[in-house]
Amino acid sequence: MFDWFAKVGKNAIDFFARFGREVLLFIQAVIGFATLIPRPGLVVQQLFSVGVRSMLIIIVSGFFVGMVLGLQGYNTLVDFGAEESLGVVVALSLVRELGPVVTALLYAGRAGSALTAEIGLMKATEQLSGLEMMAVNPVSRILSPRLLAGIISMPLLAAMFSAVGVFGGYLVGVDMLGVDSGAYWSQMQAKVDFNDDIVNGVIKSFAFGIVTTWIAVYEGYSCIPTSEGVSRATTRTVVYSALVVLGLDFLLTALMLD
Amino acid sequence: MSSTRVLEISVGIFVAAGIAALLVLAVNVSNVTAFHSGDQYIVKASFDNISGLKVRSAVTIAGVTVGRVKAITVDPVSFEAVVDMAIDSKYNEIPVDSSAGIYTAGLLGEKYVGIEPGGAPDFLEQNSEIHLTQSSIVLEKLISQFLFSQSDSDKKDK
Repeated sequence: MFDWFAKVGKNAIDFFARFGREVLLFIQAVIGFATLIPRPGLVVQQLFSVGVRSMLIIIVSGFFVGMVLGLQGYNTLVDFGAEESLGVVVALSLVRELGPVVTALLYAGRAGSALTAEIGLMKATEQLSGLEMMAVNPVSRILSPRLLAGIISMPLLAAMFSAVGVFGGYLVGVDMLGVDSGAYWSQMQAKVDFNDDIVNGVIKSFAFGIVTTWIAVYEGYSCIPTSEGVSRATTRTVVYSALVVLGLDFLLTALMLD
Repeated sequence: MSSTRVLEISVGIFVAAGIAALLVLAVNVSNVTAFHSGDQYIVKASFDNISGLKVRSAVTIAGVTVGRVKAITVDPVSFEAVVDMAIDSKYNEIPVDSSAGIYTAGLLGEKYVGIEPGGAPDFLEQNSEIHLTQSSIVLEKLISQFLFSQSDSDKKDK
């Protein structure tokens, strides 16, 4: 009986201790942003590995998601004679939900796992301790540029995803299925609001960029420095990022639709 | 070209592409320039019933969108709905005796405010009010009126 309570208590304490460590690391990394001002090259390098290298997968998936939305939306809307609204369906679902969420999931798989593995391996090969020996703060030297690059890249990647998806939907809806081209754009422009829809999507992708990169960086920095520990940390990054992104998406949507 | 230069160029392309995508979304998808820029003036109108009209619904003259509904409130004394409309100051020559009505685009479409221009020499200004208004048609009321009138006439026939 008492064992059971002890177990629950231990789990709760572990959870909050872990969360506290994550918050502390995040604050340290954000403070470390100041050290990046004289050395923007570090961020550019990370933007390359986090952003540029994720661009291809984001654009290709955005295109296919847009095309699928076009097909599915058309088949449903045509029953009501409302296939002219296809542009609205495609644009709203991409800009409000699919753009930020799918981009964040792909980003966690493509860039987040790579970040964790990289930092974890640095820890395993004692490069982080080496930096500390040279009186270089590993948090601001290694983690801050990666965190900042992730926060910058996510909104840009999500915007690319949505924009390419809208054109994918156009290709299927207008060129293949014969929706009127003018109606596709004009209905979309009439129904999609800049402040309510697009800015909200950008805020979402910004928030997802913070949490996914934060999780990736924390998992890498706190992993057990063995090959097995690194592999576990990489798995945890992807799993936790996906769960947090989907949960946070619900919260943000509920707040924004208010 | 050195490898850092290639890296910098590709990052530059990445950031530019991201910002371009945002611009495409803003201009092409949401048409942000339509009624956010430019001066506007507010015109008020009171309606008995606005059912279905929303903030940001269109305000039109002869079918052309000239503004948007800015706010909808209830007058605490007369219990009429007061609709504030922000009209583009390009259209500053709307006669004061114009009338406003709430119409539906198509049978199931969105509600919008239609302004029928009058003939007075004075024009609507900031915070002036349109006095001639026609309320939104509530479909349920029409149907129930029709049904009741049918049943009345049935009784008379017997």
